[in-house]
Amino acid sequence: MNPTPLLPLRNGQAAPLREVPELPLAAFRAAVIGGVRGGQRLACLCADAERRLFAVLADDAAGTLRVGRTQVEGPRYRSLTPDCPQAHLFEREMAEQFGIVPEGHPWFKPVRSHRPWNGAADPWDRPADLLPAVMDFYRVEGDEVHEVAVGPVHAGVIEPGHFRFQCHGETVFHLEIALGFQHRGIERALAGGPHPLTFKMAETAAGDTTIAHAWAHCRVLEGLAGVAIPPRTELVRGVALELERMANHVGDLGALSGDVGFLPTASFCGRIRGDWLNLSAEACGSRLGRDWLRPGGLRQDLEPLLAERMFPRVGRSWMETRDAVELLWGAASVMIRFEAAGRLDSVQAREIGLVGVAARACGLDQDVRRDHPYGPYGAHPVKVSLAQSGNVHSRAWVRWEELAASTHFLFEALEELAGTPCDPTPVPLPPLAPESFCVALTEGWRGEVLHLGLTDAAGRFARYKLVDPSFHNWFGLALALRGEQVSDFPLCNKSFNLSYCGHDL
Amino acid sequence: MPGSLVFPAHMALHLLVVLLLPPLVPGLIAKVKARMAGRTGPPVLQLYYDLAKLARKEAVFSRTTTWVFLAGPVGAVAAGLVASLLVPFGHTPAPVAFEGDVILFAYLFGLARFLTILSALDTGSSFEGMGAAREAAFSALAEPALFLGFAALAKATASLSLTPMLLAQGAAGVRLTGPLILVLAGWAIVYLAENARIPVDDPNTHLELTMIHEVMVLDHSGRPFALVLYGASLKLVVLGALLIDLLLPATSRPWLDWLLFLGGLGLLAVAVGLVESATARFRMTKVPQFLVAGILASGFAFLLLLV
Repeated sequence: MNPTPLLPLRNGQAAPLREVPELPLAAFRAAVIGGVRGGQRLACLCADAERRLFAVLADDAAGTLRVGRTQVEGPRYRSLTPDCPQAHLFEREMAEQFGIVPEGHPWFKPVRSHRPWNGAADPWDRPADLLPAVMDFYRVEGDEVHEVAVGPVHAGVIEPGHFRFQCHGETVFHLEIALGFQHRGIERALAGGPHPLTFKMAETAAGDTTIAHAWAHCRVLEGLAGVAIPPRTELVRGVALELERMANHVGDLGALSGDVGFLPTASFCGRIRGDWLNLSAEACGSRLGRDWLRPGGLRQDLEPLLAERMFPRVGRSWMETRDAVELLWGAASVMIRFEAAGRLDSVQAREIGLVGVAARACGLDQDVRRDHPYGPYGAHPVKVSLAQSGNVHSRAWVRWEELAASTHFLFEALEELAGTPCDPTPVPLPPLAPESFCVALTEGWRGEVLHLGLTDAAGRFARYKLVDPSFHNWFGLALALRGEQVSDFPLCNKSFNLSYCGHDL
Repeated sequence: MPGSLVFPAHMALHLLVVLLLPPLVPGLIAKVKARMAGRTGPPVLQLYYDLAKLARKEAVFSRTTTWVFLAGPVGAVAAGLVASLLVPFGHTPAPVAFEGDVILFAYLFGLARFLTILSALDTGSSFEGMGAAREAAFSALAEPALFLGFAALAKATASLSLTPMLLAQGAAGVRLTGPLILVLAGWAIVYLAENARIPVDDPNTHLELTMIHEVMVLDHSGRPFALVLYGASLKLVVLGALLIDLLLPATSRPWLDWLLFLGGLGLLAVAVGLVESATARFRMTKVPQFLVAGILASGFAFLLLLV
């Protein structure tokens, strides 16, 4: 294999933009496609207003991120998607944001229903009053085929999204998911920053993944400012992230149980999730961990005394979690439901670039905390949880194992925090390096969160890109439903539990 | 004659129970489920409050609907009320009994289902159509289980009227015990399916795509919806009476018979609550197998009585 022309960086390492190799389009294509064929993942593909494309390939085996860029001359270029399906949504996103049309894209549809930011011609020639989910849906024709449309207003208190099923009786032939209802223009608002609201926007990109996004954002800023974070502070951030994972995984297992009508676990987990959230609240004042972190350190440190007080509460919550979830594994009526639904094989999962819990449930052995260690995870490795079947059961099982691994981490971390004095209060960050590039990954509870910062000559963000795990995984849900029962959709959906606002940004 | 004086009193009591008691049953089931899950749960009288609230609310009708949409809830409650007059509550004869009333009883529920399905289709919603298709498919499998049970009892008691069929069991002796247990098993399955309970359906879910019965009434509101809720609770009582009657011992005192019946109804609600607390819903594809088990149980009861 030819040596790749892409620049290897560590997770969170900044580099001057001139060091990021600018390749001709053909070489860029070859490098991305070759890298993905060689087992790397396309973690991010994005453009900026000057029609520069940036690619970030995650080389999990080597623990590096390989970055490269190219310049697209006209408004059209040859699409990567036919050779590299992982690029499909990124290319649609670039077309919508900057009017760069990928020629030969097999599924060329809008992503979030907004006009190109740079005033370029709309690739779809859409009318002026754009509405989300107003587009040509894939249709199956025939007398016995019927179409079921769900959303954007749902029966529960959840986010808006539109699902279009092509059904034959109770069997789903095809599911198309149309999102964009939650589009707030975060990336566009972040350009030109950092400004006073930057941190707030980054952290609320997906509200249930506050810590993972806040941490990735902090690491981009810290990388660009050249600031090193003391180990104790990193450990507190680890505690924050793992508490977030505990609360969400417990909530998910309870909700999965509720979706099949198994009440005990559903009821218990609802309460226990609150206990985990309250631990975050005790540590930082917010159940969702809002404003716990700040660029350069923490807004709210975790004092030794508090760590000591939290230790037994983590133990108690874990015991109750275990009792509640073990009821689930013991109920045959639940297992038969979990095992029958939502299977996605590992080949498809790899092809579409699945990340996080959903990927590990298909047997894809990837976890940013191990593969691209950051913060405390070098010194305190976390066991990567895997399952093989790729169905609802596997996704539930991976969550369950991750609960155990995270609890183990929390015990270790709290014990260490209880015995070490706090780091000095962090000083404000120095200005960001101009004309620089930095990518940071964190492993949120759903999966890989990526933040990419690119500064201009004045050290302001020329481009800020976020990739929530939901962006990679929504298509996986659509595939998992092929040939399934339409009545199993809510269960499959819950087993992925993807974020609408994280996708829509 | 004391009998003729007592009978109107029974009839009045029967009507009172039919009109006032049903909303208590779902409340009891919900309470049991909540307790089992470690929650306080809504008050036992919650459905009464809901009905009072709905009665004061304005109904919203979709422009695509016609009078058929309203015929569903009204017809279902009317059919349920008439059916309730045919079934004995405990060891007290039913207010109306004649030879062959068992057929009327079964098809009154058939009529109610037919009207509910029509009113669901009347909305033109894809959800409601899906629910209607499911309801029609599954009830086609629940009906044989009910009828084979009736056939077994008719064979055992040589009668086609519900009152003697359900109440003569004590006198029939040991020979009936085996078939009776099988009929009870078959009807228990019918009871859970017809009342849209777990493991067949989940009355509490908010997920339209998984619903069977609930999805057919999504578009109803206000008073029509109050009728739907009352009708569902009425079904819990009337079909429940079939199960309870088969089990109750006869006593010499009428008031004790009534107490036993009401106690039996309470126990049935607790039993449904316990089943719902202990098991998850079946996958939709497994529901027919469950219903066929009901047919087999009732069918074997009938076969045992033929030999």
